[in-house]
Amino acid sequence: MSANTWTIAAARDALRKGEISATDLTMACLTAIDAGDALGAFVHKTPEIALDQARAAEARIKAGDAPSMCGIPLGIKDLFATRGVPSQAASNILRGFRPEYESTVTTKLFEAGAVMLGKLNMDEFAMGSSNETSCYGHAVNPWKVDGRKLTPGGSSGGSAAAVAGDLCLAATGTDTGGSIRQPAAFTGIVGIKPTYGRVSRWGIVAFASSLDQAGPMTKTVRDAAIFLQAMAGHDPKDSTSADLAVPDFEAALTGDIRGKKIGLPREYRMEGMPAEIEKLWADGAAMLRDAGAEIVDISLPHTKYALPAYYVIAPGEASSNLARYDGVRYGHRAKLAAGDGITEMYEKTRAEGFGKEVQRRVMIGTYVLSAGFYDAYYNRARKVRALIKRDFEQAFAAGVDAILTPATPSAAFGLGEMSSADPIEMYLNDVFTVTVNLAGLPGVAVPVGLDKQGLPLGLQLIGRPWEEGDLLNHAYVLERAAGFVAKPAKWW
Amino acid sequence: MSIDIDTARRVAKLARIRVEEADLPALAGELSGILTFMEQLNEVDVEGVEPMTSVTPMRLKRRKDEVTDGNIQAAVLKNAPDAREGFFAVPKVVE
Repeated sequence: MSANTWTIAAARDALRKGEISATDLTMACLTAIDAGDALGAFVHKTPEIALDQARAAEARIKAGDAPSMCGIPLGIKDLFATRGVPSQAASNILRGFRPEYESTVTTKLFEAGAVMLGKLNMDEFAMGSSNETSCYGHAVNPWKVDGRKLTPGGSSGGSAAAVAGDLCLAATGTDTGGSIRQPAAFTGIVGIKPTYGRVSRWGIVAFASSLDQAGPMTKTVRDAAIFLQAMAGHDPKDSTSADLAVPDFEAALTGDIRGKKIGLPREYRMEGMPAEIEKLWADGAAMLRDAGAEIVDISLPHTKYALPAYYVIAPGEASSNLARYDGVRYGHRAKLAAGDGITEMYEKTRAEGFGKEVQRRVMIGTYVLSAGFYDAYYNRARKVRALIKRDFEQAFAAGVDAILTPATPSAAFGLGEMSSADPIEMYLNDVFTVTVNLAGLPGVAVPVGLDKQGLPLGLQLIGRPWEEGDLLNHAYVLERAAGFVAKPAKWW
Repeated sequence: MSIDIDTARRVAKLARIRVEEADLPALAGELSGILTFMEQLNEVDVEGVEPMTSVTPMRLKRRKDEVTDGNIQAAVLKNAPDAREGFFAVPKVVE
């Protein structure tokens, strides 16, 4: 198999044994990327940087100084600031922006020897669930079962398409309400959103700062453990990053979950849930039971209110974060008419630079934070958020080790199919994932099966705060039991 | 809660996003739809619940209040749409 299809773990071992050079591995990915333009995944290719980094990695590997990520070719979501390379959050308002600095996550990855192949498509400012709000045009799911082109999900849609389509070994994603886990589930890959504070947010374009977390999107659970290890850790530049030691996540993958207690929250059994999703969920529970875990029914009574709370809090924070795009310091500035003052400059710049969904969320956020409505919407949502978090705390206090839920309410849908829908319908994609962001918990999507059309479906495992290792071990058991090995047939 | 055209115009103004008059009715309708969805929150009994301020119960770290960075004027201005003589340039704001 061509090296671009390898896992991080396999590539690491082959690199260390000298069976392949980092340059050849990188070249295999660069070739796949050039042949994969139809997927719309890579929006800024950086082959020169990649080959320089690959040569540097080779030297390190030869010298015997090779961390696990050394020489591993990755895609980087466009939300990460990468020095000298376009970083525009898939927005026209940041067109031409080339940061003078490097995000903490990419700095850590590069220090570990990783190779950047380029920047990946996404929904504009990470606001979307289908990668259709991108200024670059949509990314396309490598999975295809009929004439339709399907969404890879969003917002990390380019990351998901690139990993599932074997354009890279793995990719960074970010997750504010499900933006790593939903696209991972739609494309049959693994994606973990770590505990809030595990990974530094510094240098990642902010959407909703109390919810945003970066994480890896990979082909296997082991790769997620290796990759997360390299991303995680305290960063003095992010005051919300946790000053906690990062445990060895890969070492936590023992495959032994005997005696663990897995909760199935009854509120996630949504009305009108497709039978296939229900069956997948039951099958996943049976797999964990067969591995020696105890399955218990639990209640998370405030689940129903997670989406409305999220759609107050996230736009509120976004309206504040996105105030910085004013046409003064970076990015786009509208052409002004004679006599236009600074207010016209702001208004025209933001009308031209922000897409429809971003404008909608900024305005909703502005409204819920405005005088007279702050208590009714924003403060109430923050109280409900506290209750949602308490639901999880009570479940964990009762001895639950992990919670198993569906990752998404359906398999991937067709691009354009939701375009006439009410915005709320699109928001419902996040119904199973958004609670995890509100509670700050780690959550991982694992591919478990195919639906009757032949499209991948995933399940989500939710863990205790700071216990990504234990969570990934549960995911590892589920992955091995499900034995999901299907790959999309290459059409691009 | 339904948003009328005047409120939509005011919100757009507060958000500093130009919305053409002709687009205001559609915007008002969309915003109303989303706010109606949020009304569900009124069903929750939040009596005595403190609004969440931090999702992880940890004290923010303190650091020494000292300059650790600076003298990077060129880098700061590098991406500006209009920079002149070491400053960001904007339309006249003082009459």
